[in-house]
Amino acid sequence: MSRDDNATTQRNMIQAINSAMDVAMERDDNVCVFGEDVGYYGGVFRATAGLQEKYGKTRSFDTPINECGIIGVAVGMAAYGMRPVAEIQFADYIYPGLDQLVSEAARLRYRSAGEFTAPLTIRTPFGGGIFGGQTHSQSPESIFTHICGVKTVIPSTPYDAKGLLIAAIEDPDPVVFFEPKRIYNGPFDGHYDTPVEPWSKHPASDVPDGHYVIPLGKANVLREGSAVTMLCYGTMVHVTMAAVEQLGIDAEVIDLRSLLPLDIETIEESIRKTGRCVVVHEATRTSGFGAELAALVQERCFYHLEAPIQRVTGYDTPYPHSLEWAYFPGPVRLRLAIERVMEDVSGEV
Amino acid sequence: MASDTERRNLPPLELYVPEPKFRPGDEADFSDIQVPPAGETRRPDTAADHGEMPDLAYGLVRVLDDEGKAVGPWDPKLDPETLRKMLRAMALTRAYDQRMFRAQRQGKTSFYMKCTGEEAVAIAATFALDRDDMCFPSYRQQGILIARDWSLVDMMNQVYSNKKDRLMGRQLPIMYSTKQGSFFSISGNLATQYPQAVGWAMASAAKGDTRIAATWTGEGSSAEGDFHSACIFAAVYQAPVIMNVVNNQWAISSFSGFAGGDETTFAARAVGYGIAGLRVDGNDALAVYAATQWAAERARTNKGPTLIEHFTYRAEGHSTSDDPSQYRSADEAAEWPLGDPIARLKNHLIALGEWDEDRQAEMDGECAEQVKTAAKQAEKNGILGHGLHQPLETMFEQVFEEMPWHLKEQMQDMLDENEAANNVAKTR
Ligand SMILES: Cc1ncc(C[n+]2csc(CCOP(=O)(O)OP(=O)(O)O)c2C)c(N)n1
Repeated sequence: MSRDDNATTQRNMIQAINSAMDVAMERDDNVCVFGEDVGYYGGVFRATAGLQEKYGKTRSFDTPINECGIIGVAVGMAAYGMRPVAEIQFADYIYPGLDQLVSEAARLRYRSAGEFTAPLTIRTPFGGGIFGGQTHSQSPESIFTHICGVKTVIPSTPYDAKGLLIAAIEDPDPVVFFEPKRIYNGPFDGHYDTPVEPWSKHPASDVPDGHYVIPLGKANVLREGSAVTMLCYGTMVHVTMAAVEQLGIDAEVIDLRSLLPLDIETIEESIRKTGRCVVVHEATRTSGFGAELAALVQERCFYHLEAPIQRVTGYDTPYPHSLEWAYFPGPVRLRLAIERVMEDVSGEV
Repeated sequence: MASDTERRNLPPLELYVPEPKFRPGDEADFSDIQVPPAGETRRPDTAADHGEMPDLAYGLVRVLDDEGKAVGPWDPKLDPETLRKMLRAMALTRAYDQRMFRAQRQGKTSFYMKCTGEEAVAIAATFALDRDDMCFPSYRQQGILIARDWSLVDMMNQVYSNKKDRLMGRQLPIMYSTKQGSFFSISGNLATQYPQAVGWAMASAAKGDTRIAATWTGEGSSAEGDFHSACIFAAVYQAPVIMNVVNNQWAISSFSGFAGGDETTFAARAVGYGIAGLRVDGNDALAVYAATQWAAERARTNKGPTLIEHFTYRAEGHSTSDDPSQYRSADEAAEWPLGDPIARLKNHLIALGEWDEDRQAEMDGECAEQVKTAAKQAEKNGILGHGLHQPLETMFEQVFEEMPWHLKEQMQDMLDENEAANNVAKTR
């Protein structure tokens, strides 16, 4: 059946990610997907459902439970000329494969003077809010931005997820693609008791059926404003939007979409306009990506700043199973940070 | 070197990807599985060199025959009282699993994992170990705690993450930990316990202790690098450790072939490392007991590590998040050629004239009652989601022994946030 490239379909993020791989596999038979439970079952989150049926088991297959092997094999396949898309079942399990990513994939182009390259994509669900305990909830993205030679991408909507994933698969460099699993099925305002609103009821959920890309390194200004710049990504985009609307504050909300490469122009432009900045992520605070953002903003926009940059983050503890909603950066933590950043020099709000 | 021209007529290469024999809708037929008669496999002396027993890594140690009789050199000749205790621990584990699974379905906790069909693997092994031998389990060996008469209420408190949870609600349900019970803290990261068990055993040897270590992993997880790191250290230092691979055929939706099980046995990995390897009928409690006892004796007499593959079947879903009907034949569990471990031990006791169906029914009733009473007691301490059972501050405790400044600050932030949230709630 041929696809009507102009048609759109209501999709949640999982379905959009599935569609991205489908489109990429259809266009280029070098694209293959693999990982634990990925083939026949279609992945524990169903992101690869139907791909083995459609493209056969040499292009969509299960692997041994060995993350080092999964990433190492992806490097080899990519070096051959294929476009491997490997799934790590949960971001918490990427560590056994880290050496292959950090020391090998990331440096292959550099150390071989461009003769060998590793155009691979690692997809992995990350973040908390699903009662996953400490081994199914972490946000390790900043580790990857600290590695030279790897791109780090994080979508926040189905539309972005598809466009960014296709861009990642077509990218000539290794890309780690973090999928915020709390919003796989719909947006989320940060209140743990809020029922998940399906993407199909969300204006952003119309996802084109065909091929399109969202370039890596291009942020999305989700909401224009002049009082403060909110820098966020993934699940936190939704929490930030909800908090901003609730407070009725004239905030500019920027969804970074890609942490590396980072859209520094959009960030600078916004800070110069608002003079205030709050960075938001779910990952632990110390050496988190927020620290990098704060440093960049301080280096480049210091004379435009009217208040110290605020960080809203998870705490520097493992994710505690039963206290996960106390750990999760929700609307109250955001509100307090916004109040702090809006205090003027005299301490008045 | 072959040139491109010479190669031109060669057939193209093909990528081989293994397939399980049955998928949903297929009729399961296990007639190709080689099940040697009980009692046939030889039992080397525990002092024998590992090089003298590679055949055992490819065989299947079995004690209980089809009539429920214990036969052959591996018969551990246990007294009826011990057999009944073992049977009871297995039945209690099954009853516990049923109750906790239901509790998850009722929304009392977030997650649960059963060990149905694999009860002998943990329980019979624990009976063959000493109470203070250190166990490094994976997540399907709740039977170790039950065999050690650990408090069911204590286990349930952990599953419910309630105020009596000794792990303070920090761990995913079923990830128990008790030093007093010689049960190492379970990790969600697969196979990490394997080298740790070897390290513990090396320490025990270095210190001239008499305790040994035992560890368990699934056959799927035995593909992890950690497994192989453990094997090499165990072999090099002749560590007093028993390394169990629970081959229950499935790793979530991936069959054992994806862990290398189509090409060789899991026990056979021992051969390459220079470790004694045994392959055991994991649904035969006596075989599991005997193999563990044999391995423990080797370890205690400085004859080094043993790798035991327990050939068994995961009769239920992977976890409460799994639907096995999506990827495997529905009748696999019923067709499994090695039967049910509880039924087999029960039949053995009956064959000995030491048990009967009435006593079994009575015992099952008692186990269900014991579990029910424990659950009621545990639920009094709270269930997940019904309020916060741990003081908020506990989130920051024990990250380090002493709390550094940044955690103190963050703890204060959290308390301020909580107060702000409560104020909002009050003014609503
Ligand atoms: C390092 C790591 N990778 C992946 C996972 C996700 N995962 C959890 S259980 C599981 C399957 C394990 O199967 P097996 O070892 O055969 O044990 P079984 O569940 O069958 O007892 C997987 C892939 C994990 N927990 N840790």
